[in-house]
Amino acid sequence: MENPLIEFKDVTKRFGARSVLERVNLQIYEGEVTTIIGLSGSGKSVLLKHIIGLLKPDEGTILFRGKPLSEMKKSESASNLAQISYMFQDNALFDSLTVYENIALPLKETTNLNKAEINSRVMARIEQTELEDAARKYPSELSGGMQKRAALARALVTDPRIVLFDEPTSGQDPVRKNAILGMIAQYQRKFGFTAILVSHEIPDVYFISNRILALYERSIVFQGSPEELENFDHPFKDEVIRSLEGLQNELTGLYSKRQFKVMHHVQLTQKTNGTTYCVAVFSLDDLDVIRMGVGHDAAQVAIRTLRITIDRHFGAIGGFSTRRHTNEFVTVLPYSNLTEAENILKDFVEDFQERGIHDVWAGARRQTESAGCVEFTLLAGIAQGQPVADIDSVIDAAKSQQKEIARLRCDGRRLSR
Amino acid sequence: MALDADSENSKTGWQLGRLLTGPFAVVGRAAIGWVDNLGASAIFLLLAFLKIFRSKQMLKIVQQVYYIGARSTMIIVLVSFFTGMVLGLQSYHALVKFGAQGALGTLVALTLVRELGPVLTAIMIAARAGSAITAEIGIQRISEQIDALDTMRIDPLRYLVSPRITASIISFPLLTALFDLVGIIGGYVSGVLLLGANASTYVYRVQTSMELKDITDGLIKAVVFAVIVSTVCCYQGYFTHTRADGHGAKAVGLSTTSAVVLSCVLILVSDYIVTSLLI
Repeated sequence: MENPLIEFKDVTKRFGARSVLERVNLQIYEGEVTTIIGLSGSGKSVLLKHIIGLLKPDEGTILFRGKPLSEMKKSESASNLAQISYMFQDNALFDSLTVYENIALPLKETTNLNKAEINSRVMARIEQTELEDAARKYPSELSGGMQKRAALARALVTDPRIVLFDEPTSGQDPVRKNAILGMIAQYQRKFGFTAILVSHEIPDVYFISNRILALYERSIVFQGSPEELENFDHPFKDEVIRSLEGLQNELTGLYSKRQFKVMHHVQLTQKTNGTTYCVAVFSLDDLDVIRMGVGHDAAQVAIRTLRITIDRHFGAIGGFSTRRHTNEFVTVLPYSNLTEAENILKDFVEDFQERGIHDVWAGARRQTESAGCVEFTLLAGIAQGQPVADIDSVIDAAKSQQKEIARLRCDGRRLSR
Repeated sequence: MALDADSENSKTGWQLGRLLTGPFAVVGRAAIGWVDNLGASAIFLLLAFLKIFRSKQMLKIVQQVYYIGARSTMIIVLVSFFTGMVLGLQSYHALVKFGAQGALGTLVALTLVRELGPVLTAIMIAARAGSAITAEIGIQRISEQIDALDTMRIDPLRYLVSPRITASIISFPLLTALFDLVGIIGGYVSGVLLLGANASTYVYRVQTSMELKDITDGLIKAVVFAVIVSTVCCYQGYFTHTRADGHGAKAVGLSTTSAVVLSCVLILVSDYIVTSLLI
């Protein structure tokens, strides 16, 4: 494996008699999205503040590109830290400065760019974060979501190589939470920075994370991919992940990946050999293009409406669904063979083209003032599996069968199919 | 049994010792705390002072001169005018008893220029702008805005503290001069216009009794007070989060109170020290 960008070796931090981090060991790799999960007050923010140098460890070493921060010269340490941006949990926007001034502040104070160049960079970030109308307003005049976006714009304006996000979605509604996570994922792909998140949003953060670090009882108990976390056997999973997943399930009405697997296992192991089931995979194509066309919030509402439509249609006939990626849903039809499933899908396509696609567009349109044209394309594929077969291979087979089932084109406010 | 008795005696002795030394320990801890704070404030001032001369400071200094200086003008005019009037009133009645009402101009001018001008100006600015400085920096501290500056590689001392100290050093002498001028006019209004002292004598005495040293001494005091007030107010706000007696908004309130009280006390103490050095 490549050398870690940031590494903690036996890092311990105490505040008075209270130990917050105890011999923490972790690795963070360049170009990845790493998410630190854990219960509130478990020391996640303290851990982030060590990375950016706001806190120093009482014991242990923090290495940056293999070199201990404590052994670096001041200039070397400063140049490394200059590559990092930090988005605070409570935004930490300057309340006496406008949104524009807040975003421009790091450029004005730490670079020698001229006024025009600063203006062009700031306006680019303001447009990307959909804050045009709020640029001249003060943070106290903005909603929580807009403040988050302003903080995100400020964190990204210096084109950092590493961005730390301290609970970027706290205090947001489910749609806005996913919109912010989507925004982070999109910018991470676009700008190629290393993202380190602290978040409670399970399982949503799995969709955008390459690696998950689990902080439990003052130590890192898990490091690995979201898929590896599914097989992780530790009290952390019972106490933290399941409780957060349960909350998420109540909020979204959709099964988590883990719950989906349990459902699949329970339903299908009861079947006798030779019986079959079907899996349908739905994808909303070109999500980044949709986001650019109608904005993150509107795109998120479109995904959410699509999810409700799928759940409503297939749930009524005993199917159960989960979200696999940001724009991908998987539905298991446990009582259908391929022919039946194809007929059910045909019904769904008709229903979706008649009603569902309008709902998706109407939901998205409510969230945006933009009159720009956008195209929604929904792909679907089905595959048949047997109870003994691995669900993932059936999902992959369904995905490979995907074809376009609905397309919506809008021209300003008009839409055509 | 003997062991128990020894242990009991030792415990009683320890308690007695603690009772006797307790008051000294309290005084000692307070003294150490004071010295500790004084040292920290001196280092804070030194570091902030060194950062005055960095780039991109001019605009921030001008802004702070406006907030600390220009916006204090009205209150200084008001206070100085009535101070001058009261001084004229009291002095006139006292001098009349000795038939020395001709010295009214001398008394009003020297009292204002040497003492009341610098001291009252500093106290008024500490109350108006100093408290605002502490509250503003304190809120920035508890809402992580100062941490945000650190993460953006913006030195908080350079960005927040240095401009305020510089602006105070510029504003205090100017406002002191304004205080002196308006105070002398106030003395003229009460002494000459209301009580009937001779106008020419008043103006003549004001002109002849004052030497350049009186004015420069007053302005030196104003600079000393500027450094003290701005440092105390910035320091109290900057370290709001370390207060042991309160957190959050309460800590900001306590810091603001401490800043104003401490500034006023230090103005009076340093006034005596500076006067004794200059005289």
